[in-house]
Order: sequence, then C-alpha cells, then structure tokens
Amino acid sequence: MARAALPGRLTWRAATLTEERWESATARTLVLDVPDWPGHLPGQHIDVRLTAPDGYRAQRSYSIASAWESKTVELTVQRVDDGEVSPYLTDTLQIGEQLELRGPVGGWFVWRETQQTPVLLVAGGSGVVPLMAMIRARGAAKNKTPFRLIYSVRTPGDACYADELARRVRDDPGLDVKFVYTRKTPDGWPAPPKRIDVATINSYGWPAEFTPDCYVCGPTTFVEAAADILVALGHDPKRIRTERFGGTS
Amino acid sequence: MGIISRGFGGRRRESIPGLPPGQYLTHDFPVLSAGPTPRIPLDRWSFTITTETGAKSSWNWTEFTALTSEDVTVDIHCVTKWSKLGSTWRGVSLDTLLAEVDTAADYTMVHSFGGYTTNVPLEDLLDSKAWIAYKFDGEDLEPEHGGPARMLIPHLYFWKSAKWVNGLTLMNEDEPGFWEAAGYHMYGDPWLEQRYQGD
Amino acid sequence: MNPLDGNAMAGDLRELFTVDVTAARYTCAGCGHADAVATLILWGQEMGQVGRCPHCTDVVVRVVQAPDRVFLDLRGSVRLELPLAGS
Repeated sequence: MARAALPGRLTWRAATLTEERWESATARTLVLDVPDWPGHLPGQHIDVRLTAPDGYRAQRSYSIASAWESKTVELTVQRVDDGEVSPYLTDTLQIGEQLELRGPVGGWFVWRETQQTPVLLVAGGSGVVPLMAMIRARGAAKNKTPFRLIYSVRTPGDACYADELARRVRDDPGLDVKFVYTRKTPDGWPAPPKRIDVATINSYGWPAEFTPDCYVCGPTTFVEAAADILVALGHDPKRIRTERFGGTS
Repeated sequence: MGIISRGFGGRRRESIPGLPPGQYLTHDFPVLSAGPTPRIPLDRWSFTITTETGAKSSWNWTEFTALTSEDVTVDIHCVTKWSKLGSTWRGVSLDTLLAEVDTAADYTMVHSFGGYTTNVPLEDLLDSKAWIAYKFDGEDLEPEHGGPARMLIPHLYFWKSAKWVNGLTLMNEDEPGFWEAAGYHMYGDPWLEQRYQGD
Repeated sequence: MNPLDGNAMAGDLRELFTVDVTAARYTCAGCGHADAVATLILWGQEMGQVGRCPHCTDVVVRVVQAPDRVFLDLRGSVRLELPLAGS
C-alpha cells in the first residue's frame, strides 16, 4: 500500500546491488547504489523490504557496515539457514537487481567523532557490523580516539573482516582488536575456546576510570551477558550502548 | 514503489478455498509473543472468574483438571494471516466454568499471567464456542503456546485465545484489552476480516 | 523466542516523526525508570511492536501498522524527552 511521502519523514527508496563480497562462508557484503543517499553515521542501520511475486512482504533491519567517508552503502548479511529474508540476500539477490530500503535510521547506537573518551567495542558474531562501521569511520577521519574491539566468534572461519582488521591494527594508530573463540580456536592459540567473561573484558577492555564509551552488539543473550559484565566492572550504565540482533531473519 | 523480488518466496504460503478472507494455510504452529514467556508451576496456577459485583469463583490446577474436559478439533485463524486447520485440543468448556456464576454482564476481559488481556463478549464464550485448553495434539500445552492453559476461542482471531490464562472479569461495558487498545478490532471476526479498529 | 530492542523501531518511527525517536528518553509509567527508547526490550513484532521497560518489563510503547494507518500507544510512558539538535 503506497503511502504519501510527507516532508521530513522517511520513505522507501530503491537500491541496486552493484558489488558483493563474501566475508565468511555464511556472511555476504552487499554494496548498494542508492541514488541521493544523504549519508549516515557509523552504527546506523537501514530497513530492507522485500516483496514476493504474490505480494507477500517482509521487512528486516540491517546495520550499515561501511563508513560514509567511502561514499558507499554496504550491508553485511549473515545467513540464518531457516531465515526468511537473509538467505535471499546472501544467496539469491544478483548484481544489478534492486530492493527497497529505508534509512539511515537510529540515532542512539552511533559513534560521533566529537566524542572525547576512549571507545570499547564488544561484538558477538554478526554484531560486529555496526562496530566495523565505527572503526572504518575513525580510520577514514584519521581520528586518534583510542579504540578497542573485543570480537567473539565461534570459529576463526566465522570472523568477518579479518584481513582488514589486521591491516587496520597495523595502520590505524590506537586501534586494538582481541578475538575470542567460543567453539574452535586457531592452531597454536594459547587458550581453549571460551565465551566472553569478566577476565576477557577486564584484560582487553578499558578500565572503568577511563569512562570509555562502550558499544555492545550481538545476539540478545550475548549482549545481556557482556553488558552485565561491564556494569559489574564498574562501567557507568549510561555509557554502555547496546544493540540486539535477532536470530530469526 | 513496485520492486518485486523474484526468487523471494518468504515462508511457504498456501491459499486454499474455504479459509477466511486474506488467510493462508500453515502446517506448523507459529509462536507470537508480546513479552517474556511466563513459566507457571502448576501448584501456583489458578483461574478466577470475577463478576461485575466482585464475586469470585476460583479453581486451582487440581480442581480445574477434575472438571469435565472435552476433546475438540477446530480451525484457528491468526490475524497475521496464517490459519491452521484441524488442530486438536483438550480443555474445559467455558460453559462448565460459567455454569454456577451469577451475572447480568454482557462483556468479559480475559486476563493472563504476565499481564496480557483481551476482551470478549460473554455470549462468545457460551454454547460450546470457547474452552480453556491444557492439551494440544495430545500433549501438555507447552509454555510457548500458552501452557499450562490457554483460552481457545476458535471463531475469533487467535489473539483472543489468550495464552497463560488466569482469569476472567465480567463487565457491563466493553473495554479494550492489550491489542485492542493498540488498534486491533474490538471483536475480531476472521470471516468479516475484522483485523483493525474500523474494519 | 528472543526479543530485539528499541533500535529496531527506528525505521517505523522515523516514518512518522521528523526526528529520531529511538534517541529520545522515555520515563516508564510503571517504575519511573528513564532511558533511551533504543534500550526498550522489543517483543511481538508480528502483530505490532511492543517496547517493554528493561527495568520492570511494563509496556512503554506499542506500534501497530495497519495497511492504511499506524497506531502508536504511549500510555506506558509518562513522558518523552526528544533531542532537537541533529537526528
């Protein structure tokens, strides 16, 4: 049902898939051409709407992976095998085909260059996507704010952006990345697989006295566990921003 | 905008004759939740009918399951457009529960553990049209589907069949419940496609 | 079934309002807890969005999308504080 566009309010627009990359065996980055895109802040997301030939519609939110400095709108979509929308986006949508999107939206789970304090990013699985946009925006702006990313994945093969993160740790001063493996570690890894715990965040995050801005993104259970640990370590709940990913898309 | 995604099917949808307008057939049993799933131990379970004068009738689990139960096979229709045919339930008829209740009220509010409510006219609960069901498909009703016990009012959209039911309040005037207050239809007849207010 | 959070309401609310409501601060009518709308625990997306207070689980906001209308129920919030600078 078409709705009339009202000034200042957001409406759906057409986007065309122009490039694609596989980030892991199950996560695909979609590079989209969106005419007249107004730009976005790192951490913002878009809504995707798909319409089947019989008129059935489904709508999902996906975080933007790219920084606007690169002038691209990129999504990284994790395939959920019994999902309704994600398998279409990872495996069916072809270069040159279109979809409808709405955005950018979300003004709370964002990082702005004007923020003065160190930043701790805590990612669970595909929750890394909006945090990667923050790392990319910081790099593009040559911003010197100290950034630490703690990135929990099941196995080394599940990690998205692994090469780019390694390069940025080398080239972007003040960026550190710590991987946590929950099922299988790389060969020679000094510790067995484990979930993010108090020791992980205590060792690889920032001390609470530094009053860092903390961004936690991942599945609901992961986000709640990580946020509870941060609070237990003395971080101000007002400085902990969370975004939960569903497992149903 | 008319972008059609070829190759996007979404969930399998089957439209067959005999369903209410706008409905599709489903063979599984989707779970819709407006909040966390309450886990109610049977020794803490009770069901209370409160009349418009404040008189209460109450059953604990033992008393409730000692009442005469019926096996029913019904079609159910969810406002989110899925319909499920021939679902089998066991439960206590509202006729049984309301038999000894003295009331002149025309409306009811169904209450659930967790705070959910939905309004139903009293006459829609009578004459073998509604049950409090505690078995589905021969098994104890799972918490995700409303266990220990849920309302079953198959002739109305399924949001009226409140999960985790724990009470019924009789009212002289109709009042909106949880979804009705947020825009859904006060009555919800699937054959008239009464999905939203004003439909 | 796992809930999402208020961040996921941003698109639907931004179609109604000219500012980003997820960055607004709600005050829960049930317990008085105040925080960003983005922190609400979001349930029930098939029939409509139900945003519950993470502190007391009371319903703070409900958004129901009909084909030709949107219903926004804010009775669980005693107020919304909306930032005016930026969106």
